[in-house]
Amino acid sequence: MKQTINLKVNGEACQIDVEPRTLLVYAIREILNLTGTHVGCDTSSCGACTVLMNGKAVKSCTLFAVQADGCEITTVEGLAKQDELHPIQQSFKEKHGLQCGFCTPGMMMLACEILQASEEMSEENLRKLLKGNLCRCTGYQNIVDSIADAKARMTAVA
Amino acid sequence: MTAIGQPIRRFEDDRLIRGHGQYVEDIKLAKMVYGVFVRSQVAHGLIKSINTEEAKNAKGVVAVITGNDIKEKVGKNFTAWIVPNSNQVSAEISSRPLLAIDKVRYVGEPVALVIAESREEAYDAAELVDVEYEELPAVANIEKAIQEDAPLVHEGVSRNIALSWQIKNGDVEKVFSEADKLIKQRIYINRAAPIPIEPRACIADYTNGRLTLWITSQNPHIHRFYLANVLGIPEQKIRVIAPDVGGGFGAKIDVYNEELILCYASSLLKRPIKWVETRSEHFVASLHGRDFLVDVEFAVMNDGRVLGIRGQSYANMGAYLGTVSPGVASVLHGLILPGPYRIEAFDYTTNAVFTNTMILDADRGAGRPEAIFVLERMMDLIADELGIDPLELRRRNYLPAGENIQTVTGLSYDSLDFSKVLSKFGEVSDYQALRDYQRKAREEGKYIGIGVVSSIDICGFAPSPVVGAVGLQAGQWESAVVRFHPTGKVTVLSGTHSHGQGGDTTYAQIVSDTLGVPLDSIEVLHGDTDMIPMGWGTYGSRGTSTGGSAVFKAAEKVKEKGKLIAAHLLKLSPEEIDFSNGNYFAKTDPSKKLSIQEVALHANVGWNLPAGVEPGLEAQAFFDPPNFTYPFGIHLCMVEVMPDTGEVKILKYIAVDDGGKIINPLLAEAQIHGGVVHGIGHAMYENIAYTDDGQLLTGSFNEYALPKAHFIPRIESYFTETPSPANPLGAKGIGEEGAIAAQIAVANAIIDALEPFGVKHLDGPYTPARIWKAIHQSNGKNEN
Amino acid sequence: MIPASFEYFRANSVDEAIEMMAKYGDEAKILAGGQSLIPMMKLRFARPAKLIDIGRIDSLRYITLDGDTVKIGGLTTHRDLETSNLIAEKIPVLAECAHEIADLQIRNVGTIGGSLAHADPSADYPPVMLALDATVVARGQNGTREISINDFFISPFTTALGQDELLIEVKIPAMKSNEKGAYIKIAHPATGFGVVNCAVKIALSNGKITNARVAFGSFVTVPYRDESIEKFLQEKEATVDTIKQASEMVAEGKDIIGDYYADADYRRNLAKAVFLRVMKKALNLDS
Repeated sequence: MKQTINLKVNGEACQIDVEPRTLLVYAIREILNLTGTHVGCDTSSCGACTVLMNGKAVKSCTLFAVQADGCEITTVEGLAKQDELHPIQQSFKEKHGLQCGFCTPGMMMLACEILQASEEMSEENLRKLLKGNLCRCTGYQNIVDSIADAKARMTAVA
Repeated sequence: MTAIGQPIRRFEDDRLIRGHGQYVEDIKLAKMVYGVFVRSQVAHGLIKSINTEEAKNAKGVVAVITGNDIKEKVGKNFTAWIVPNSNQVSAEISSRPLLAIDKVRYVGEPVALVIAESREEAYDAAELVDVEYEELPAVANIEKAIQEDAPLVHEGVSRNIALSWQIKNGDVEKVFSEADKLIKQRIYINRAAPIPIEPRACIADYTNGRLTLWITSQNPHIHRFYLANVLGIPEQKIRVIAPDVGGGFGAKIDVYNEELILCYASSLLKRPIKWVETRSEHFVASLHGRDFLVDVEFAVMNDGRVLGIRGQSYANMGAYLGTVSPGVASVLHGLILPGPYRIEAFDYTTNAVFTNTMILDADRGAGRPEAIFVLERMMDLIADELGIDPLELRRRNYLPAGENIQTVTGLSYDSLDFSKVLSKFGEVSDYQALRDYQRKAREEGKYIGIGVVSSIDICGFAPSPVVGAVGLQAGQWESAVVRFHPTGKVTVLSGTHSHGQGGDTTYAQIVSDTLGVPLDSIEVLHGDTDMIPMGWGTYGSRGTSTGGSAVFKAAEKVKEKGKLIAAHLLKLSPEEIDFSNGNYFAKTDPSKKLSIQEVALHANVGWNLPAGVEPGLEAQAFFDPPNFTYPFGIHLCMVEVMPDTGEVKILKYIAVDDGGKIINPLLAEAQIHGGVVHGIGHAMYENIAYTDDGQLLTGSFNEYALPKAHFIPRIESYFTETPSPANPLGAKGIGEEGAIAAQIAVANAIIDALEPFGVKHLDGPYTPARIWKAIHQSNGKNEN
Repeated sequence: MIPASFEYFRANSVDEAIEMMAKYGDEAKILAGGQSLIPMMKLRFARPAKLIDIGRIDSLRYITLDGDTVKIGGLTTHRDLETSNLIAEKIPVLAECAHEIADLQIRNVGTIGGSLAHADPSADYPPVMLALDATVVARGQNGTREISINDFFISPFTTALGQDELLIEVKIPAMKSNEKGAYIKIAHPATGFGVVNCAVKIALSNGKITNARVAFGSFVTVPYRDESIEKFLQEKEATVDTIKQASEMVAEGKDIIGDYYADADYRRNLAKAVFLRVMKKALNLDS
């Protein structure tokens, strides 16, 4: 019944056995024990489960793990390089982009894809790109400001 | 040192942004099994039979438990608020069996618990439990439930009324007969829900003679108290841990059936059991908020003075009473209804109504948003009727500035100064220019509306004798421990629980300033009843003002004890010692000094202490505030309504709040952001809708719309500081203020925009369809 | 949140997929991106016994120009369409439409073929495809056939695709220089799906409408083209007056969906309002 799949998660190759019905998010959380990726709903609405799959933001609750066979997955645990925080993490801290922290990993992983775009982005367009992720604590303002701040950080470095 | 007042970045962030937070669902224990609940599909019905055979035989199933299995073995889940002089129904009627017995009273009521080796097997087996119901007539809304011939939710009562509580003061008959005008309105505030992004979850482990419960809770000690009462487990044998919790907003105050039955089941199976709620379950089986129907009448003079208020409120409690819901429907609502205004006479009866719906309880504000909604809706109706500018009308009615300001309902506002807020509001808003813009825009066929509201909140829960007198079966003081380690580092324990508010940072700021210890030497801990002294948790915007004051008090005690030791070591008397910036020194010769860290080392090793002084440098404090705190403010919302579709665009949102002394402006402002968006959501997007016979129409995020980033404008947040005399910090609390003010600011702005169509009043939710209907049913005036 | 068990098969080619579909019949469902199917499976509203995963058939993921026709492989993602230079140049309204779908994460995974085959009446593509005169290419055991988009949507969640047929390509005529397209959706705030959506393609010559395709979705069980409006617009001046007259005909004689959020009466009028907005956008008219 179980199938063997290969993943590269946060740079490390791994082989796991999953039922076909195992959602990617549960493979990440319960088999790989990477619990930074969260589940906040059952309708693919909240985005707390967002990870990067081959560099693209996806909702890991809306993919079967078998679909990710052979893919590279980046979770929130893969953002920092040892002690050094990723710019998006630094910005979330600096701009107070999180309160309870539950939606935060999903928000940051989504932001990672948004930050790949080189063009300037209006606040309105940035907000539209966040529509797959729900936050109840922050009213979004500091999240938006965090992402804009990370953009500035990354541009400064580049 | 001056950490207080600084925008210190949070200490809790590091683990959370690395994905290293530990929420309940993240925890795994050896031999852990998984629970899934079978829930009622009918709103009201007799349970004819429950067939669990197939489920019991399914793969991986460890146990299936129904109400009859536990009937004699556990107590019921009861309300902790018994409102005096209210004819509140008895606990026998209002309490919930942990699993339904013979009868179900709302869709989502737990009927059976299926426990299996894996989550998948538990879900698969839960589908195999076959429950047969005989449906009974159900009632889901207030208006139907209070009719004489309505189906009764409970046996043994003659009507679906859970309690009626009257507040009366002043010569009501006189002011209503002498007033120039009486203005009357029925106002309905639709049902919504708190909706933290982390659903509820718990793990019960009763395997080694002690019960440990990990739970998504805002108040772990209250859970411990309940577990002892409902399950009969000695309280010292219970440990409740609320680790990282993903938001609460009221939804994680209540003690729910699920965790109680899970603890009992773990004692039977001798295995840890985990249950994680799905979001859809959260909508049918946790708690909702708002859902108040209010009939109210205001007695006013032509110059705008409001003399009196009278009326009735009806809150839809659902099928049972929640942990604090009787208070939400009565005390927390009625007492604040006069708001920041000078009212002479008041007669208001709050009623709580049973229906076949999920439980109602605290939702960011809990009774106060509904009161301020009614008040400020009425103020706009009055302004419109009398032709007075809405802000000016409010100005004419404000209570005077000062401390301990008495209200007609018997409250004593700790400190109030609307002139300060008004002046700040004037600085940042240019209100007249916005009104001019509105007028011009209307001439161009654009429908702009402005809502400008004054609000006040009851916070800082609370003086224990007062809450005891109004029926809460609990205290509301708070506890803290400040503990110096031998190396001079400090651990702080708090009986509150931070689930986003940032208490780990603000409490450190308080300790740092009090003891002169660097922020990075301080660790704040909370959320484990084995480690933390009894405390009452976080809600009612009580964390900083009440919990923070307990921390402050404990730090002061530590400082005083340290002084005795320092004096001894410096060979001086304590009276000769001063303390500043972390150093004890001789008043006459500041070069003779000892740092508090040096004193801590001496205290901890105990080699050389003054006579009668115990070793160690730590103190525990309990702070019971002499009064509530009352933050207040003015919020402005400007909207544009599209008449062809009923869509609303928020053009501007300004919040000016007085939260007393602000400990951390970065965190305070973020509380306002979140609160305001909660209020905008409740006004425009969020609606819990039931069919008349009690089926939930909005049972997931596919129907219930939480505000998304692109629905929301930037929030301009400003503070004034009028210190509270009710605590040593002067702090007030701003967790709910945003939600309270925003819901009505948005509503008033939208209704103001509809003025050219002759719309005077409209109930929420302010969805495009409802707005469009209001436009097109309004005599066709100015229709385009 | 936990789907019921199923057997999983991965098809590595179109032929293999078709073979599997024929073999397993109605026990099996096709899994493309899964962004519509998996949510239904998580709530156990859908519980197929077998899933045939076609997501790895890379040969079905392309956007090409063949003469005046844009060809889009069935596994092309919404995000591919949203960001494609070719689409931006040849059918800009399709890029706008793709941008409106769900959210970034879902657009990264969800496919045009999956979405069309799912046939949700409040999805974004149906009115746009109707307005653009798309053709669906299906392949089954009996070979390949083309289905006009006009005949594709049968009823909610049901299309003209046969049991053993796979949607392998969508063909859309490139916009001509005198053609304008526009798409507007009024979205449900919870799902982002349409309450009303409308797409148009208008051909203009000297300020006159020479041809119009007008399509609606979300407020009816099957998205449709309104041929009476199209006929009415034919040879009319592209003015506000014209479109106001046309808007009177919107939703005429249609059975309108209604629910607690937006009743039929409201949606009927909303459809008129959205039609006016779409036409103004397409014709670049100010009100």
